[in-house]
Amino acid sequence: MAAPIIELQGITKTYDDGFTALSNINMTIEPGKFYSLLGPSGSGKTTILRLIAGFTNASSGAILFEGQKINDLPANQRKVNTVFQNYALFPHLDVFENVAFGLNLQKRPKAEIKKRVLDALKLVQLPGYANREISELSGGQQQRVAIARAIVNEPKVLLLDEPLSALDMKLRQDMQYELRELQQRLKITFIFVTHDQEEALAMSDEIFVVNDGKILQSGTPVDIYDEPINHFVANFIGESNILPGEMLADYQVEFVGKTFECADAGMKPNEKVEVVLRPEDLDVTTAEQGKLVVTVDTQLFRGDHFEIIGIDDDGNEWLIHSTNPVRGGKHIGLTFEPEDIHVMRFGEKEADFDARLEQYEED
Amino acid sequence: MKQSKRFFMIPYFIWIGLFVIAPLVLILYQSLTNTQHQFTLQNYATYGTSTTYLHMSLNSLWYAFLITAITLLISYPAAYFLSKLKHQQLWLLLIILPTWINLLLKAYAFIGLLSRTGSVNQFLTFVGIGPQQLLFSDASFLLVATYIEIPFMILPIYNAIVELNPALINASRDLGATNWQTFRRVIFPLTISGVKAGVQAVFIPSLSLFMLTRLIGGNRVITLGTAIEEHFMTTMNWGMGSTIGVVLIVMMFIIMALTNDRRKKRREVNDDEEN
Repeated sequence: MAAPIIELQGITKTYDDGFTALSNINMTIEPGKFYSLLGPSGSGKTTILRLIAGFTNASSGAILFEGQKINDLPANQRKVNTVFQNYALFPHLDVFENVAFGLNLQKRPKAEIKKRVLDALKLVQLPGYANREISELSGGQQQRVAIARAIVNEPKVLLLDEPLSALDMKLRQDMQYELRELQQRLKITFIFVTHDQEEALAMSDEIFVVNDGKILQSGTPVDIYDEPINHFVANFIGESNILPGEMLADYQVEFVGKTFECADAGMKPNEKVEVVLRPEDLDVTTAEQGKLVVTVDTQLFRGDHFEIIGIDDDGNEWLIHSTNPVRGGKHIGLTFEPEDIHVMRFGEKEADFDARLEQYEED
Repeated sequence: MKQSKRFFMIPYFIWIGLFVIAPLVLILYQSLTNTQHQFTLQNYATYGTSTTYLHMSLNSLWYAFLITAITLLISYPAAYFLSKLKHQQLWLLLIILPTWINLLLKAYAFIGLLSRTGSVNQFLTFVGIGPQQLLFSDASFLLVATYIEIPFMILPIYNAIVELNPALINASRDLGATNWQTFRRVIFPLTISGVKAGVQAVFIPSLSLFMLTRLIGGNRVITLGTAIEEHFMTTMNWGMGSTIGVVLIVMMFIIMALTNDRRKKRREVNDDEEN
């Protein structure tokens, strides 16, 4: 594990009016990785970014940059650059002057500035746009200029505050690929704030799920998707069927009145839990062969899959993703593997959750 | 549709015709006649050759420049700090309020303050400095003129500052700019439109101030405005007065042209390798 480039230690941010935006945030950022801060609006994810950039101060706790405490270092002396949500390009300057802004402040030689600016514009696929006015650019092009303006300064960490949220769907997906590729080429640490879980899953090496000023869970996209720590994370990341259940014993869970084999352990006998089943893990079969039987309520064609909503005998709604539509009978069976069941305890902290997982996964 | 639009434009055209075009034509016509109502270019010749008028014109420009400069120096920081305050609407109202009071009343108020027996001199006597000649000086003229013009400078600058996107200031700091560099490279260039509007609103009326020159400046300050008043009210040489009026109007147009937003010139970057 490389030495961390940024660490947040016990960061709390309380505003004058008593509102606590962040409480006891601990984060470790390693160099060269792509991180996402994922959470709904108002969760505090942007506040974390602003703290790292230096636009706001923490009420308590320490922010370390390469081991040095930088709480009191003003924004203009931090070795990070930001791509702002609405780009914040300078409207009185053209594309070249915008990108050259940081280098001009550093009083670099003219020839070097010109070379680096044109290189940066090439990198974001805007060669030949140097003399354009900002007002002449489309949203996507402004986005690229904003990225060029930040990376031309060769920051050690690039902070991106929902940079793609103003773009349309198609462009957003293209930019996801480009950003990921750019990050891997430049080997700069990216900290990417987003409320779009698909974006975070697609791009990140590691995701921090933030809600109500707390980090609920951190881990690789696959870990977080497959093993969400609680109801909120399971619901926020991807779609899921969440049901109340009871852990009868290790590897045995009961829900909807039936007992199923599962892959989770380390809980108290007969502990009340919640069970997560992802819609794409549910396979449609005949009513006779199914572990569960549901009645099809609606069926929608989503382009790459069919989204089926079924209702079981107890009235629970089931969301199913299937590549093939259900034909004929309204009663269908659902099957799934024991590994497809994910069991969540109530109020489990991330550290305990990780420890428990490690404990039985090593067996 | 088009017909009715034209119909509603009629009052506007009448207004423009009666109160803008007609006076301008009249002034131009008057300036081309002498006291015997004969057509002549003599007035312009007089204006062009007389050192008195040249001196007056320069004087007008100089005082208007001083008033504008002092007003700007006070108003820009004032507008900037105003934009950071709580209860901005209240502070704005306090700044606007004096403009609702008649200019003459404000001038008399200052006479009361600055006269030999006025409050300022009473205070100076009280602290042992003794009464001073405050009224009828350049300084008192500039003080009162600046006081009167300040709201017209603060308001457009304040509006420009409030419209400034705060993310741009963060962006500037993020890219390494100090507060001063942020001000010079981002805040000031983006609020220059407000400054220009303020300069127009202050400089142009200041060119033709005449009441204050008499009441506060005690006729020590002679500007084109005073000259026009003299020609119309005292010497009854309307032709000469109109000529000076035409000169003032031309000056105003020049100022407007100078302070209008021009398309900024483009700096070409030679990136032939890309295209």
